[in-house]
Amino acid sequence: MAQASYPDDLLYHPEHDWARIDAGDAEQATMGITWYAQDALGEVVFFDPPPVGTMLTKDASYAEVESVKAVSDVIAPLSGEIVEVNDALVENPAMINEDPYGEGWLVKVRLSDPSESEALLDAATYKAGLGG
Amino acid sequence: MLRTPRRTPLFERHVAAGAKMVDFAGWEMPVQYGGPPAVRQEHIAVREACGIFDVSHMGEIETSGPQALELLQRLLSNDVAKVPLAGKGGGAQYSVLCREDGGVLDDLFTYRLDVDRYLTVTNAANHARDLEWFRAHAEAFPEAQVTDRIEDWAMLAVQGPLALEMVQAISDSPLPARMTAEPRRLGGDEVLVCGTGYTGEEGVELLCPPDRAEALWDAIVRRGAVPAGLGARDTLRLEVCFHLYGNDLSVDRGPIEAGLGWCCKEETGFIGSQAVAAARAGRSVSGGPAERLVAFAIDGPGIARQGNRVIGGGEVTSGTLSPCLQTGIGLAYVPVEHAATGTRLQIDVRGKMRPAVVKDKPLYRKGS
Repeated sequence: MAQASYPDDLLYHPEHDWARIDAGDAEQATMGITWYAQDALGEVVFFDPPPVGTMLTKDASYAEVESVKAVSDVIAPLSGEIVEVNDALVENPAMINEDPYGEGWLVKVRLSDPSESEALLDAATYKAGLGG
Repeated sequence: MLRTPRRTPLFERHVAAGAKMVDFAGWEMPVQYGGPPAVRQEHIAVREACGIFDVSHMGEIETSGPQALELLQRLLSNDVAKVPLAGKGGGAQYSVLCREDGGVLDDLFTYRLDVDRYLTVTNAANHARDLEWFRAHAEAFPEAQVTDRIEDWAMLAVQGPLALEMVQAISDSPLPARMTAEPRRLGGDEVLVCGTGYTGEEGVELLCPPDRAEALWDAIVRRGAVPAGLGARDTLRLEVCFHLYGNDLSVDRGPIEAGLGWCCKEETGFIGSQAVAAARAGRSVSGGPAERLVAFAIDGPGIARQGNRVIGGGEVTSGTLSPCLQTGIGLAYVPVEHAATGTRLQIDVRGKMRPAVVKDKPLYRKGS
């Protein structure tokens, strides 16, 4: 994805991560990194997903994504337990660049405290924080 | 202390080409041109066609006068007397600059410009220290002049299998041979054309007056050279195991440990030659166990990075994912007994043990 994009249906963490609360289940969310994060990182060449069952703590790192240049921590926007990881990224990590909000999702999480999402940012606020 | 990074004469060209600019050794430099796959695309362009790099952040020191050779023999590890005169210029030679204890202050290319004139290219981060070192030691050689030329030269690297053809097309006469440097008129401007590079590909490095850099850049880009940034420069050099000062070379280790014994000629009596001779005999600069810089490839997934620990002793000094080999590669200092090709290593990559294998250098060879 060459152009910056921040969909309105996502919640954003200021450390450049997003969460999408499942439409049919307010206690489950899909998570990934934002367009800004993947652009700053460069082409993702390695993603080592944490195992299903890993407990995430909001604002703490739960995984790493690597580009040729650097390693970057992925911060959990919300707390909970990983119920699914995107195994397709092991073979094709650049999907995180190509489709950061779709095929490039990282984990699905059963939320331990759905009310935490009130602290996350909407697209406009997150974008404003990027300084244009 | 905060200071504004310096800009090269090609800054506007980089911005116009969509470069991501980063502060590198006090210079605002392009790391890649455009979005995420750019580093790999630029890397492949250099391996398969031609890339052009702005390396104007590198410094230049000119040493001249009847005692220029004597001074350089004292400073540089290689035998500078072996650098020939050729055509309107001369040979090029790689060497290291050592302290008395053998610790490496910089690694450098020196080009012979004339009978008693040499130009030494420094790493950006080391230029000021190198210059001070040159000047301090020049006091014992009254017939040698040391001149800072950093303001007088911009530097471009044109690298790849099509590089010579593209530069030849704008040159007034045949390009100088590999490992020599001679002035040529390129597109009407006098340029010092050097048959050297940092990618393992054919190509040249071009030194020109800063106010002519844009015209030279444009002329070569127009012929199809792909602008390439520091990101690709690093992956390219690491695939062919060229050292990066600050990663693989430092004052804490000597040239023997770094595998640079081939450019150290102790019989010339250069500063540090005794320590280098001792290291050849098995003693290290630090006094600790003897180490060697080895090339490795990760066996399986994962990318080792600078600072990762090697189990059983040693550390990774450079690491990346090789765009050509599609595996994690790097350079690491390991105890001599672990340095043989084929030795299996375990590298602690942020808490995960990654198996790796010591490989022959270079890691990447054309056609492999």
